[in-house]
Amino acid sequence: MALAKDYASVMGRSNDIQKDALGLDYAEFETSPIAFDYDKLMTSTGYTLEEVNRVQSQFGVGNTPLLEARNITKLARKYAKPGYGARIFIKDEAANPSGSFKDRRAACAVYHAKKLGYKGVMAATSGNYGAAVASQAAIQGLKCIIVQECYDSHGVGQPEIVEKARKCEALGAEVVQLTVGPELFYSFLSILEDTGYFNASLYSPFGIAGVDTLGYEIVMQCREKLGKDPDMVVCTTAGGGMTTGTARGVRMAGCDAEIVGASIDLSGLSMASDIDFNKKSCTTGHTGFGVPYATDPDHSDVPRSAARPLRYMDRYVTITQGEIMEMTEMLAQLEGIERGPAGQTSLAAAFSLAQDLPEDAILVVSETEYTGAGKHVQPQLWFAKENGIEVKLGDPKDEVPGKSVVLPSSPALFQYKEADIDHFRQSLIKKAVKKAGVKPSDSDLEFLAVETKTDVEFVKKTLEENGLL
Amino acid sequence: MAKKGDWVRIHSIVLKAEERTAKLPEDTKKCDLEQWTKGFLLADAEIGDEVEVETVVGRIEKGTLIDDFPYYDHSYGKFVPELIEVDKVLRKEMAEIGGER
Ligand SMILES: Cc1ncc(COP(=O)(O)O)c(C=O)c1O
Repeated sequence: MALAKDYASVMGRSNDIQKDALGLDYAEFETSPIAFDYDKLMTSTGYTLEEVNRVQSQFGVGNTPLLEARNITKLARKYAKPGYGARIFIKDEAANPSGSFKDRRAACAVYHAKKLGYKGVMAATSGNYGAAVASQAAIQGLKCIIVQECYDSHGVGQPEIVEKARKCEALGAEVVQLTVGPELFYSFLSILEDTGYFNASLYSPFGIAGVDTLGYEIVMQCREKLGKDPDMVVCTTAGGGMTTGTARGVRMAGCDAEIVGASIDLSGLSMASDIDFNKKSCTTGHTGFGVPYATDPDHSDVPRSAARPLRYMDRYVTITQGEIMEMTEMLAQLEGIERGPAGQTSLAAAFSLAQDLPEDAILVVSETEYTGAGKHVQPQLWFAKENGIEVKLGDPKDEVPGKSVVLPSSPALFQYKEADIDHFRQSLIKKAVKKAGVKPSDSDLEFLAVETKTDVEFVKKTLEENGLL
Repeated sequence: MAKKGDWVRIHSIVLKAEERTAKLPEDTKKCDLEQWTKGFLLADAEIGDEVEVETVVGRIEKGTLIDDFPYYDHSYGKFVPELIEVDKVLRKEMAEIGGER
């Protein structure tokens, strides 16, 4: 008998569909209604650093160059106190086969799918991950479907996302495009059920383990090139996989560099709003993903996300759309490297973070991404104007997301904003306990301390203040 | 007319506005959830007809035929004068710091 394919029926089968599509039963990692064994989840699938490296090398992923941004460093020093301005290095992740660090995740996910005998892979993504999965599916010989949120209700697409659709098709994938809304997940599940493909989720343990090599390579390259470890690593943060994996790799290399997450400030814009959809001038690396995923990692397309940035992040900073657009221009004009804007989130933050560090410090920006028609400063700013956003030179502090994009009128005006990370930590703790609806045990408190890189005292205080203990 | 075997784009309504039960902002609630994909047309048809296509992975999908031989027209956009201004600022800074250029 054919299964009913209406919304309620498909969503009702969500757990079974997901289990079949991942070949992984998350129940075995649960240790209480609140806690689960993260380390066990990460090691269960057998992707050690060596194994990930072996898989990625086989498929042309990783071992990207670490470039020194000499002129950008000089410019940062011009605006820093005397003796300040860390050396800035950039991991050129655009050198991966599909043009971003997402190839690291896709290589492992597709490899795993193939090992388990799946005929194809699917991913729900409007971002670079689609291209990465399509590319790895092509390399490793599986079929591929990418489902993306692309258009507003007038059928107007975000130029950056339209370009990603083109790239996925160029790499042999089918692309299913939708208008705005979380029910994309229904279409995704329904096709997953019909095809029996593998869910190459961004948040699987093998996907995140795929990013570990990025952090590890950064430390090894610093040691080789400079004879010392980086002091700070800045990671663009959306779903949190970049930050999680990079930090894990840095620690695996025995390096204690400060880990800074950076997102584009899009506060005030609703991510599920049809009207706000095309008022954004960037489609990833922003707080619209960064904050909800950091504070509630388990609302993704897997029961337990392997991306848990608050476990690793020491600081969280934000930067404006105008600053990342100008930084993209700066990288091209001053360093001769033309890359896509979203990947410059961490570099834009790094430009001002470097000014807080002494000249002999090493600051590494974890990535770049490819650029092309649609996915470039020029069309993204033009699109902003078409949607009534004011684009001007001035002080980026005056930027209002959805109303203006302010390009710094002088490099002196680049200034990251420190986000209140303790607030996000408290938010994670509260959500985790409320969701479970039980009184946390002592081991739950310890779990939540690890989840938030805090201690049991911090967790207790948070819960007491909110009447949850 | 589109011929059987043509590469085409189809459109469908996944959920009508009144069928959307997810937690949504007011503006999105008023919109249908729409979907597009591409494939090879399974039988001759006119634009606007309900058709079936076979996608590149071999899936059969139904929808309204909206485009025969679809192509991309996203671009580098029109002139953005502010970018030229920014480049000027950056070049001046570069000259001042004696960058390696
Ligand atoms: C180029 C680029 N950088 C950074 C990110 C952020 O990564 P994550 O979602 O793992 O936080 C993304 C993905 O959204 C990306 O495409």
